[in-house]
Amino acid sequence: MTDTNKVTIEKAPAGFEGPGFFATSLDKVVGLARKNSLWPLPFATSCCGIEFMSTMASTYDFARFGAERLSFSPRQADLLMVMGTIAKKMGPVLRQVYEQMAEPRWVLSVGACASSGGIFDSYPVLQGIDKIIPVDVYVPGCPPRPEQIIEGVINIQQLVQNESLRRRNAPEYKALLASYGIE
Amino acid sequence: MELSKDIAEKEYTTLNLGPTHPATHGIFQNILKMDGEIVVDAEQTIGYIHRAFEKLGEHKPFYQITTLTDRMNYCSSPINNMGWHMTVEKLIRCELPKRVEYMRVIIMELARITDHLICNSVVGVDTGAMTGFLHIYQWREFVYEIYEEICGARLTTNIGRIGGFERDFNDIAWRKIKHFIKEYPKSLKEFEKLLMRNRIFMDRTIGTGPISGERALNYGFSGPNLRAAGVDYDVRVMNPYSSYQDFEFIIPVGTQGDTYDRFMVRQHEMWESLSIITQALEKLEQLEDKTSFHAEVPEFYLPPKEKVYNEMEALIYHFKIVMGETEVPKGEVYHCVEGGNGELGFYLISDGGRQPYRLHLRRPCFIYYQAYPEMIRGGFLSDAILTMSSMNVIAGELDS
Amino acid sequence: MERPTIGDIRDALNAKFSGAIVSEEEQYDFTVFTIRKESLLEIARYLYNDEQFQFRYLTTACGIHYPSSPEPFAMMYQLHSLVHNVRIRFKTYSASKDPEFDSLIPVFSAANWMEREAYDFYGFRFKGHPNLKRILNVEDMDYFPMRKEYPVEDLTREDKDDTMFGREASGYDRKKLMKE
Repeated sequence: MTDTNKVTIEKAPAGFEGPGFFATSLDKVVGLARKNSLWPLPFATSCCGIEFMSTMASTYDFARFGAERLSFSPRQADLLMVMGTIAKKMGPVLRQVYEQMAEPRWVLSVGACASSGGIFDSYPVLQGIDKIIPVDVYVPGCPPRPEQIIEGVINIQQLVQNESLRRRNAPEYKALLASYGIE
Repeated sequence: MELSKDIAEKEYTTLNLGPTHPATHGIFQNILKMDGEIVVDAEQTIGYIHRAFEKLGEHKPFYQITTLTDRMNYCSSPINNMGWHMTVEKLIRCELPKRVEYMRVIIMELARITDHLICNSVVGVDTGAMTGFLHIYQWREFVYEIYEEICGARLTTNIGRIGGFERDFNDIAWRKIKHFIKEYPKSLKEFEKLLMRNRIFMDRTIGTGPISGERALNYGFSGPNLRAAGVDYDVRVMNPYSSYQDFEFIIPVGTQGDTYDRFMVRQHEMWESLSIITQALEKLEQLEDKTSFHAEVPEFYLPPKEKVYNEMEALIYHFKIVMGETEVPKGEVYHCVEGGNGELGFYLISDGGRQPYRLHLRRPCFIYYQAYPEMIRGGFLSDAILTMSSMNVIAGELDS
Repeated sequence: MERPTIGDIRDALNAKFSGAIVSEEEQYDFTVFTIRKESLLEIARYLYNDEQFQFRYLTTACGIHYPSSPEPFAMMYQLHSLVHNVRIRFKTYSASKDPEFDSLIPVFSAANWMEREAYDFYGFRFKGHPNLKRILNVEDMDYFPMRKEYPVEDLTREDKDDTMFGREASGYDRKKLMKE
């Protein structure tokens, strides 16, 4: 049996408790629920993809963060994890996958190649995916250790938890998407 | 009853498989022409991860190219690194002590085991058997720990130097290698029992994606894919390097060249690699030389930092190597090693400068993936997926 | 059947295709024959079919650019006779700006993608190739990147300061190069 001293239980958000009810603000509850049930889309292209496989395997166990079900369809995914080098040929494909995802969506750029082109400062390599899609968290490394990928996901989880419900309709967010040419 | 004309006319469906697809392990696109469920033809598009290694190789000194070679077949990067270092050693005509060569053999065989491990377990995943992958992947993590003891990195190892290794294997590394040899066979046997004589697995893989020996040779196949087709060409035996001629091992060969043969060849090669590592450990015990871990090539081997800070000669060598002022012989050299996927060759033209004049990488995946349409023609779509994963196409090696 | 020596190969090629071999040199453990490009396909076919040699494996083929030489573009082919374990290298040069070579696909199916790669990188055309289009680079790329006059970086990127990387930003003038 699990020793309850060793299990970290998610803290409830600040709210007003009474007999049989608990009142808090909606975005805190929604943030909590979304944070622990992110469905990632592993967009694995190269070596970072193999480190992602290590993260998913039993030693580092990605599933304990709620990401049990990897979705390969962008329509059903929340978190786009771009792992590996993105070449210019792949750019339109990545863009299309990002556009197919429904709001709210987050992007995690894993590895030096996805963040900035990495060691490949050459003509076919896109020097960072933030040239074509907005990125929330960057995980540096070549390849990053599974612990670093997990830290990146934890940072995404904090963003998810603290996001306001109106963020996706706010003018700043719309301006951000417009700067990338995405409606 | 007469069918109306448009039903009776056969039409082919076009199915786009990729480039991002959960079942293709890597990004490459296949546009399949299907007659119902049967594949009639395939058109391939690759280059979605082209990073211009050959062009980059013309602008980087030798040690920086090691980091590029890591990222070709990233499932077994030590083999790529050592292949490149051996190419440069051939160029500068450097002889290595036996101990270094045996240590290299141990690392290369460990890398080969991890490569075949991933490929076979992923073939299992594609037939639906997720358990094998999760069970045997922990051994890949264990080999990562061995790499970390030797060179500090897990996956893209950048292991070794021109002339040997950067440091001797410490006791922890030796202990872990011996532990691996002792414990891995048990897991491998369990993995085998799960799949090798499994009715479902055999029905799915026997007869799918076949290729005959002559067609495979004509397509330039090498490695386990060629050996599954019946041709016993192994670079370690044909053109031995790094003292492979001192070892005794069997080359497993298949008959039909189908998915089951490829799985079995890789499985047996893992057993043979374990035997080679055991033999190497015994041979290392018997050698008199128990300390050397690199050859004496001061113009190419970075001296240890303590010497660089204290001795003038080491400082000058360090400077010359890093700034690229060493004299490199001119000429063309080709060296090939038996990579995880076959004959991995490095063709290097040197004009005496710090960077190669031309670096061409003979990548086995690139050459044998051409045969994919021929192999899947007439089979079902799910067999096409299985064929692709059993061929072990690694995208980093496919597009340089 | 005994193992053929390089001398056997040279004599047989000189006997059947006189004047095809321009020169021969030893490079480390390989013998490199420089041949005229018109004889390329027939030499490959002969070495494939001949029972004494049986060079039935095309190890690799790549393009090379020597800008300072009068014949700047070269193709290198490496053949391997698995039966006898003999490896041999052929190089063939072309002086024109848009070199054209014979495709070896009738002999080796492996040459298909190797030649497409050479086209993609250098712009070599191969007579008889069924599908000569770019393989690794973007389809609509308008230059051949492995030629020596082009840099490795994409100079349209703005976020990297070339002077910091020790590179001259002005060393490459695209419009000038495209006009040549």
